[in-house]
Amino acid sequence: MWIDVAIKVGLAMVMMLIVINIAGIHSWVERKQSAVIQDRWGANRAGFTFRAPLLRWLNPVMRPIIYLGLLQPLADLMKLVAKENWSPVGGMKWLHASAPFFYLLFAFVGFSAIPFGDTLHVAGRDISLQVAHLNVGFVFIFAMAGLGVYGIVLSGVSSNNNYAFLGAVRAASQMISYEVTLGATVIGIVMVYGSLDLQEIVRGQGALLWGWLPKWGVFVQPLGCILFFTAALAETKRIPFDLPEGESEIIGYFTEYSGTKFGMFMLADFVETVMVAALTTTLFFGGWQFPYLHASGFVFPWGAQVAVGHYGVVAIQVISFLIKVVLFCWLLMTIRWTLPRFRYDQLMDLGWKRMLPVSLANIAVTGLVILLIEAL
Amino acid sequence: MTVTERPLTTKSMLLNLGPSHPSMHGVVRFVLELDGESIVKADCEIGYLHRGFEKMSEQGSYLTVIPYTDRLNYVSPSINNQGYCIAVEKLMGITVPERGEYLRVIMSEIGRIADHLTCIGAATMEVGAFTAFLYYVEAREAIYDLIEAVTGARLTVSFGRIGGVKADLPDCFSNQVHKAFARTREILVECDKLLSRNRIFMDRMRDVGVMSKERTLAYSIQGPFARANGVDWDLRRDEPYSIYDRLEFEVPIGDGHCDNYERYAVRFAEMEQSMRMVEQCLEQMPKGAVAVDESGRELTGADLVEEAKRGLTGGVQELRVVADPTLNGTHRGQIEQVTNPDKHVLLPSKEEAYGSIEGLMNHFKLVMTGHGLHPPAGEAYGVVEGANGELGFYVVSDGTDRPYRVRCHPPCFPIVAAMSELLVGHMIADVTPIFGMVNMIAGELDR
Repeated sequence: MWIDVAIKVGLAMVMMLIVINIAGIHSWVERKQSAVIQDRWGANRAGFTFRAPLLRWLNPVMRPIIYLGLLQPLADLMKLVAKENWSPVGGMKWLHASAPFFYLLFAFVGFSAIPFGDTLHVAGRDISLQVAHLNVGFVFIFAMAGLGVYGIVLSGVSSNNNYAFLGAVRAASQMISYEVTLGATVIGIVMVYGSLDLQEIVRGQGALLWGWLPKWGVFVQPLGCILFFTAALAETKRIPFDLPEGESEIIGYFTEYSGTKFGMFMLADFVETVMVAALTTTLFFGGWQFPYLHASGFVFPWGAQVAVGHYGVVAIQVISFLIKVVLFCWLLMTIRWTLPRFRYDQLMDLGWKRMLPVSLANIAVTGLVILLIEAL
Repeated sequence: MTVTERPLTTKSMLLNLGPSHPSMHGVVRFVLELDGESIVKADCEIGYLHRGFEKMSEQGSYLTVIPYTDRLNYVSPSINNQGYCIAVEKLMGITVPERGEYLRVIMSEIGRIADHLTCIGAATMEVGAFTAFLYYVEAREAIYDLIEAVTGARLTVSFGRIGGVKADLPDCFSNQVHKAFARTREILVECDKLLSRNRIFMDRMRDVGVMSKERTLAYSIQGPFARANGVDWDLRRDEPYSIYDRLEFEVPIGDGHCDNYERYAVRFAEMEQSMRMVEQCLEQMPKGAVAVDESGRELTGADLVEEAKRGLTGGVQELRVVADPTLNGTHRGQIEQVTNPDKHVLLPSKEEAYGSIEGLMNHFKLVMTGHGLHPPAGEAYGVVEGANGELGFYVVSDGTDRPYRVRCHPPCFPIVAAMSELLVGHMIADVTPIFGMVNMIAGELDR
């Protein structure tokens, strides 16, 4: 009993570690990748040198770290933590302080349903590499994402600021509108793999189409994949869908936040980006699946086999999942620094008038194709 | 009446946009009345950067106004210099040497490119395309390097002088121009690919901020903003001043949409025309003063250094020109090529001022209070096509050494007056792109 609890806690710790680290490094990636895209150097100053004679040998090691700006996130953090804990005049102090907590909490909780590896057999136990084995996996994730709106709405309402209020209203309407499309596109995946359980969906993606193509979501639901990714991009509230922030128009729902509380909003944004990357990976890009990797090792379509031990297989799976997530984070970042921003009415048009009908049509076509395949 | 029968009451929201708002430059304020996201009423408040340019101008001599004009449209200061100088020249009835005119046009057009780059760059940033903005800024860097090479300053250049310009071009300037323009064109092509056909960008700019040709004329708006709205009017072509009549260029006109996208497109096209003009000027302009050795062979600055390295400085002493012409004190012999040599307006070179009693006296006669330029009593209006439209200086002289009145007609004033009309009916998100394409420069707006 206690061992089960310990295992779950351990899994949760691993997941948290992965997410917080990727999200933390995101702030560095954002600085550095945007710099590369924009022909700049980016952060390359934050750092320190050792004066103590015993530690001087570390200075040459520090230099590349400083030049790469790797210490910048730490400097950012120090700045944010050291700032005054301030709340706006005329605002609701308690709600103002709790809004970032709500937002960050719900951003994190969703990860519990994401599988990052297959079952691990160790000491006679079967451990599914997933914090919470839920048979309504992604429904849970969407529910949590939906609850995250509360954090934003609270921040906007409690700030006593029209800009924050407008940002919150925009964020709420945007997240709710795009969640409809998000849900509708996933229906196709559910129909193909016959389950709502994310672990089952990922397992289903291990099969091969025509004996050589991995049966990943992107190959069986290409349109669904594009729609899902676009809608998910809108969920992250980043350019081109960064209307709730819109730094040149309404500054955003966190106008009246500073210090750690602002940092939490920022972290939650990065966590959401990781969430979108993880969800896209899980639903459409095989999750922890690695092409042609089975429980016993690699079995290639041309018959060759490479035996891999159980721990090796699990390690490849986890690493494969992580690499996919990081690649999607990179893609999201590239999009963020390339495109202009939508306007509110254009956003609603895109969501309700274009993406939703297409995603509904996608469901119908998927159903028809599945029926035809079964009939044949 | 039950609750459900009662009419729904809505209250409009009052949003105070600026002056401390990231897109308002810290110098302008909009009081918006909002119905949801739509603007019902817009009220524009200006004057946050009022520094009393016109009153300040009355305090000093005619020459001391020139640096103030830099601070009007601080993105293209050489155009302002020219506008003011033209007015005073009209007042005094003096002419500018041909090479000086060409230099003025070159610097004005380079300034115009910088201005347009800033404007469309900022407008793209305001619709969220931050990367494209930095690309435009990189192109502007190349342009600013040119300005720096000629004037020694990047922002407040004070390059104009009454009767001409401050100094001649540096050596190999045309090579620098070709290099900088090649880079600028490259970046413009890149940004064109990135933005001009970008669906989101088009959606954000098309049919936003529409203003009919009639309304544009009613507000007496000029410049690229009016040309985008279909007003076919450009001072450089229709009332040519300086040497614009010798240049070949087109005036881009909007295609009838009269919206933000046209304003973007017109400014984009004007940059290419400006570059063409500069290139033509460099080809056409008469040769400046050159250094020759005893045998009549032309010497460049590099040659002079070479000669000096070989110890052949004996002959160099006989030469009229020393090293770089843009530095004060080393332009003797060249300044007459670019500025009217009339002793009543031309500040003597530093060599003259420090080296001869005549030069010193001449210098003091021009800069001392109560002496200086004395245009005859009268009034004159000098006008140039600024980067935003007609930039006029109305100078009144009472015969003393100080201007009785200097009035500046800023090109973006009428456009900002039309802002409320432009904004009503649009959404909050449209405020910044519309305002960005107006290209309000608070320096010249508030003066």
